[in-house]
Amino acid sequence: MKMMMNLALLAAALMFAAAPWMIMRAPQEATMGLIQKIFYFHVPAAFVMFITAFVSGIAGGVYLFRRSARADRISAAAGELVVIFGAIVLLTGPIWARKAWGVWWQWDARLTITLVMWLIFVAFLLLRKYGGPGSETLSSAVALFGMANVPFVYWSVNIWRTVHPSTNVVPSLQPGMREAFWFCVVAYLLLYAAFLAARVKLEEQRGALDELHFEIGAD
Amino acid sequence: MSRRYGRVRALADVSFTCGGGEALALVGPNGAGKSTLLNLLSTLARPTAGDILYDGRRPAAWGPALRGRFGVLGHDVSLYPELSARENLIFFGRLFAAPDLESRVAGALAAAGLERRADAPVGTFSRGMRQRLAIERALLHGPDILLFDEPFTGLDESASESLVARLAAARDAGACIVFSSHDFEHAERVATRVAMIDSGRLSWLEGTGPLRERYRSAR
Amino acid sequence: MSAVLRAAWLIARKDFTIEARSREIIATATFFAVACVLVFGFSLVTEGRAPEGVAAGVLWIGIAFSGTLSLGRLFERERAHDTLRTLLLAPIERPAVYLGKLLGVIMLMSAVGALLLPFTGFLFDQAVIRSFPGLAAVILLGITGYAAVGTLFAAMLGRSRSRDVLLPVLLYPMTVPVLIAGVRATSALLEPAGSDWETARLWIGVLVAFDAVFLTLALWTFEAVMEE
Repeated sequence: MKMMMNLALLAAALMFAAAPWMIMRAPQEATMGLIQKIFYFHVPAAFVMFITAFVSGIAGGVYLFRRSARADRISAAAGELVVIFGAIVLLTGPIWARKAWGVWWQWDARLTITLVMWLIFVAFLLLRKYGGPGSETLSSAVALFGMANVPFVYWSVNIWRTVHPSTNVVPSLQPGMREAFWFCVVAYLLLYAAFLAARVKLEEQRGALDELHFEIGAD
Repeated sequence: MSRRYGRVRALADVSFTCGGGEALALVGPNGAGKSTLLNLLSTLARPTAGDILYDGRRPAAWGPALRGRFGVLGHDVSLYPELSARENLIFFGRLFAAPDLESRVAGALAAAGLERRADAPVGTFSRGMRQRLAIERALLHGPDILLFDEPFTGLDESASESLVARLAAARDAGACIVFSSHDFEHAERVATRVAMIDSGRLSWLEGTGPLRERYRSAR
Repeated sequence: MSAVLRAAWLIARKDFTIEARSREIIATATFFAVACVLVFGFSLVTEGRAPEGVAAGVLWIGIAFSGTLSLGRLFERERAHDTLRTLLLAPIERPAVYLGKLLGVIMLMSAVGALLLPFTGFLFDQAVIRSFPGLAAVILLGITGYAAVGTLFAAMLGRSRSRDVLLPVLLYPMTVPVLIAGVRATSALLEPAGSDWETARLWIGVLVAFDAVFLTLALWTFEAVMEE
């Protein structure tokens, strides 16, 4: 486990170090120029954000019905990472939007759903922090409901507004851009795996420490 | 069984049996785990580790019918202050599917000494009147597992006497009673066994002689 | 099944009796909703006229905000004397308790909505009467979805610290689809040129699907969530 985690972290670090070079070598996009390159950070972070939201939701569901401490740790760690990667998405998006659309924020489908999901998981963290004893059960229900909400937010916001470049940008990427893009996606996924493993490990050790406290009777 | 709340261990390896015709008194300082134990026994909370068996079967095997066997009195009265004494009893009686409700409600009102105030809102009652009514509410559907948290609180001498008599009668009729109390004088007249809970650990108070003395020497 | 429905009805009727006696929630929630509508009116109206198409949004803000208030109070009543725990101890499937409370919340929110709809129509000069059946259906469906999530969250927050702040914090992002669909369907029905049923139907579809999914999910998780 620890070995895997270090390996993923090392690979992600190497890949992030190499990424600027890959991105620089990728061809400039005709209309957007340099600012298009933000896409190599923005889209992989968004991928990871939705993956981790689903991980948190499923782990939350497992915790709710099985009460396994491990599922709770995974749900909590994955929920935190939704907020981290969501912040990357929400910070890089407006920079691109300013150039492309002339405004920082557009009430566009994908922007809005990202913001809503981010808020749901911020609420998840607030509940865990301020909810008092028993918050694990409640927050796992919130993660599960948040996950179930993804299609609805997507559906409703999609009919409501769509100006975002559609998902078919990715398959239609030029050669050169494509390699750099998938390189970044893999780097982000590895980083995510390493973060998740590290965070779960931390919670496990915290649990073990509590156990030791009980045993020596020092509360 | 054990129970933890987050990082706090409320009960540690507690194990005992309680048969029909037995009355188990729980004594110990506030916050020692008495209420937690009663919550676990009433299936409102689930043990972190271990099992509770009712006639040899787990709660899941029993289904909701198991809860009909419990008569639970919590640390609060669990009555609606806006409703009258009679309305409260009828509501809970229907919810708990008590047979021949009308005569039972009349009997309960008589036992609580509230016949003349039966149609007044419970919000206008004194602490003692509410507690008497709450006891009748808990006993209304004829439960055979009584789980009472501090039942003597707020009762005057004569009400305490009649509660002792009611609990002793239920015990002798074959009910299993688990109750917590700080009122040693009344508790020892109901209890067949006394357990002390301190910092989540259970130990038996053996021997004879006044309970207060046994408790003092055990601490 | 019928035992579950009977118990749910018993609980809802008990809430109704209590509310009929005190009228506390209905009075405060309605007044709060009216105050919301006015505040938004003041912030939006310029030169004596409201911009076009804001009425639906204002109506739904009133419903959602007063809904949080109703949810909070309705569960505070169960918490104050520990009655929720006794409901959970009844020898019926526990989702019956959820259903009963949900019915109570829907009744309360509908009562507020029934007063708020004509009030908003009156203030913003909307064709409420023309499209009344459609509007009633949209509001009822929206309230059901909002209450389905809200009842579960309010119930589970009952034993939580800082529950008053956490309820809106959790509930508003989670019910974004309801609010968008409710507002869009309402404004489609209120089109000055005549109700745009095609658009409204699309949004009613979103509401029905949301209600079905979250009602099922809440019924399914209620027992697990309520167990300490």
